[in-house]
Amino acid sequence: MTSASPPTGTGALAKREARLAWTLLAPTIISVSLVVILPLLAIFWISFKPFTLSDLRPPAPVVRESLRGSGDDLRIEYRLRNSSQEIAVDGVTLTDVLPDGVTAGEIIEPCVLDGQELFCDFGTLEGGQRERIRVPVTVDGDPDAFEDAVEGSEPRVTGSGSSVLTNFEFSLENYARVFDGDEFWGVLWVTLFYTVFGTIGALVMGLFAALLLNKSFRGQGIIRGLYLFPYVAPVIAVAFTWVTLFDPFSGSANALLVQMGLSSEPINFFGERPLALIMVTVFEIWRYFPLSFLFILARMQSIDSSMYEAADMDGASPFQKFWLLSIPQLLGILSVLFLLRFIWTFNKFDDIFLLTGGNAGTRTLTVNVYEQAFAISNIGAGAAVAVVILMCLIAFSFVFFRFISREEGL
Amino acid sequence: MRKGYITGPVLGALWMVVIATTAAITMSFSTGDAFRPQVLLSLIWGALAGLVYVRFPEQRAPARLGISALLGLSGLTGFGPVLIGSDTSLQAVLVTVIAIAVVMHLSMAAILKETPFGELTRHEYEDAVIRFCTGFGYIFFTAIVVIPFYVMVMTSLKSQQALLQNPLDFSVDLSQGTALFRSYTELFRDFNFGTYLWTSFYVSVLTVFITLLFSVPGAYAVARFRFQGQKAFSRSILLIYMVPMIVLALPIYIAFSVTGLRNSILGIVMIYPVTTIPVALYMLQGYFRGLPTEVEEAGLMDGLSRLAVIWKITLPLSLPALASVSLYVFMIAWNEFLLAFMLLDDPSKFTLTRGVTMLNSSEIPRQHLMAGAVIATVPIMALFLGLERFMTKGLTAGSVKG
Repeated sequence: MTSASPPTGTGALAKREARLAWTLLAPTIISVSLVVILPLLAIFWISFKPFTLSDLRPPAPVVRESLRGSGDDLRIEYRLRNSSQEIAVDGVTLTDVLPDGVTAGEIIEPCVLDGQELFCDFGTLEGGQRERIRVPVTVDGDPDAFEDAVEGSEPRVTGSGSSVLTNFEFSLENYARVFDGDEFWGVLWVTLFYTVFGTIGALVMGLFAALLLNKSFRGQGIIRGLYLFPYVAPVIAVAFTWVTLFDPFSGSANALLVQMGLSSEPINFFGERPLALIMVTVFEIWRYFPLSFLFILARMQSIDSSMYEAADMDGASPFQKFWLLSIPQLLGILSVLFLLRFIWTFNKFDDIFLLTGGNAGTRTLTVNVYEQAFAISNIGAGAAVAVVILMCLIAFSFVFFRFISREEGL
Repeated sequence: MRKGYITGPVLGALWMVVIATTAAITMSFSTGDAFRPQVLLSLIWGALAGLVYVRFPEQRAPARLGISALLGLSGLTGFGPVLIGSDTSLQAVLVTVIAIAVVMHLSMAAILKETPFGELTRHEYEDAVIRFCTGFGYIFFTAIVVIPFYVMVMTSLKSQQALLQNPLDFSVDLSQGTALFRSYTELFRDFNFGTYLWTSFYVSVLTVFITLLFSVPGAYAVARFRFQGQKAFSRSILLIYMVPMIVLALPIYIAFSVTGLRNSILGIVMIYPVTTIPVALYMLQGYFRGLPTEVEEAGLMDGLSRLAVIWKITLPLSLPALASVSLYVFMIAWNEFLLAFMLLDDPSKFTLTRGVTMLNSSEIPRQHLMAGAVIATVPIMALFLGLERFMTKGLTAGSVKG
């Protein structure tokens, strides 16, 4: 009799299960990689390219046609230019049909006339190059009447140039620009200040609010709902409300301060240098304390009450119970929240963008991406900043996973 | 420190400052008149009151009532905790005086209950401090949450002139009738806000459906099946959580510009669900893990296929979780600003958030902006308050995204 041995390898059932699992996951994986993974790779690619907002359209010839002159000296003018200042466009041709009643005179190079069809071959158009073609014409009748007809018939142009995006020329120019000067360190310092204080502030406020509501009384649900308002409301609504509230001219907060004698003249809260940064941090705390509050409260309510009863029996005072029982119990959720909130505050863009637009010393890294890419219209530099952000995040998530795995058992 | 005659006055003094400030801010915001808390005088009055309240422990001791009344009435003289402007209406003055006296009496009695005059035990002392902090906490949090929303609503009802004249005056002139809502009528009539509201609504609903369509099978697979790469997959979901939107928005902007998807609702509907699928998947898989497998196994034994099990057993069981996730996704889509801002330029295709951003210009009066903010906030708030139970569950279920 041979001894029985357990089967090795993956069985048919397990294989089928794995296949079904991947089928169910496929839509998610495909869509997410299209919108997340692909763009992330694109960001790296773009960050090494001198790519500006105007390069978004590939370079192409642009033409304008007009009927000029009068009497005997009547001519159709085609003005052709390369839309890009740097990149050459190859195979540029122009085709146009002259309207009936228009007779062309002498045709010069590089154009030929075939019946009523005009064809010009320009070959290669260098970056920024302009060409002008004059076709002397005579018309039967009033020239003004023909103006619309001539200019109405759109000439067809062909020709294409290589886009900056798809060629294989790379440069470190964007990174040089991003790291250049004091600006980068300023931005980094602002980001760190905003992130650290925004996170800690929101956690402390959340803890305080959770302590308040960690008992059951009538109306507790209503107050809990009320305290979640800042988080649930759309960011545009609350950000603009803050801007209105702290407006130096018509803001109620300033009027209140002046009236209470705390300040002799209105303060430009979102426009002065150290103050604006403090204000956006306060806004961040205000908007996200509800989230930490909710998590901490949920954790508090799951702490075993018998522990507190035992402490009561031993005569522990309320403060002792808080420091020696509650805090150690909450340490896990607090540190997870800290890490997550830290990363999320680091990534935050909308709030600062809406409150100050990154002015008055509030430009964080994320706002800098937008500033570089759209305000200065240098998408390449924006992408370089984005890569810097991603590097920081990779470092954070390394810490995060080492830590979270222990805390949450993920 | 742990003496009743010290604790009482100290807490009383601090509490008086809190009450005086609260009263001044409340009255200023509701009448627009001049109210100013006097910190030094408040400290003195409060300390006095604190001393009286620990000295006379009976609930309604004449001395207690006396000091509270005195402290309220002192507001009339200019030496009270709150300095009231001379041109304030009599009603407002009376309301302030009475409110301060009544609130002080009730709250001091509550804070300093069971606090004897002499030596305090640790418990008595700490309980008093905690009661003080609790009171302060409720006032503080309620104020910081309520004031911005109050200002938002009230500003939207005012005229530009009235706003510049006295930014503190939020009293509403009810005699205007429907003219009160002129900012809103103008937004709906001249700025197309009806369309934006509808666009936002159906974009959000579509986002919810597409998200569920993608994430339910995915979450089920992660929660129930054993396969290679399962762990790596759940981790990478979390990692995707951490990629900032602005970093993705840049290449998406380029891709949409090139393909012509920019400025189209289709592009928005394509991109929104992808930002919410990882969140939804993460939340749902947590819930699916908690469901008992026995029910599903019974279904399998009776000859249902896996997909039929998901459809007939798992989904009906997880309706509450689906509701939470849907609400949460709806909220994200409704509040989404960055992508709408970058990808939509054509005013006829704006979502609500994009429409409100358009109002933030120096040519458009503030009350229009605030009215727009109210229009964007009210639906999501109504939904939130109506389904608060699901919402808080959804928020805690695994989402720290924000």
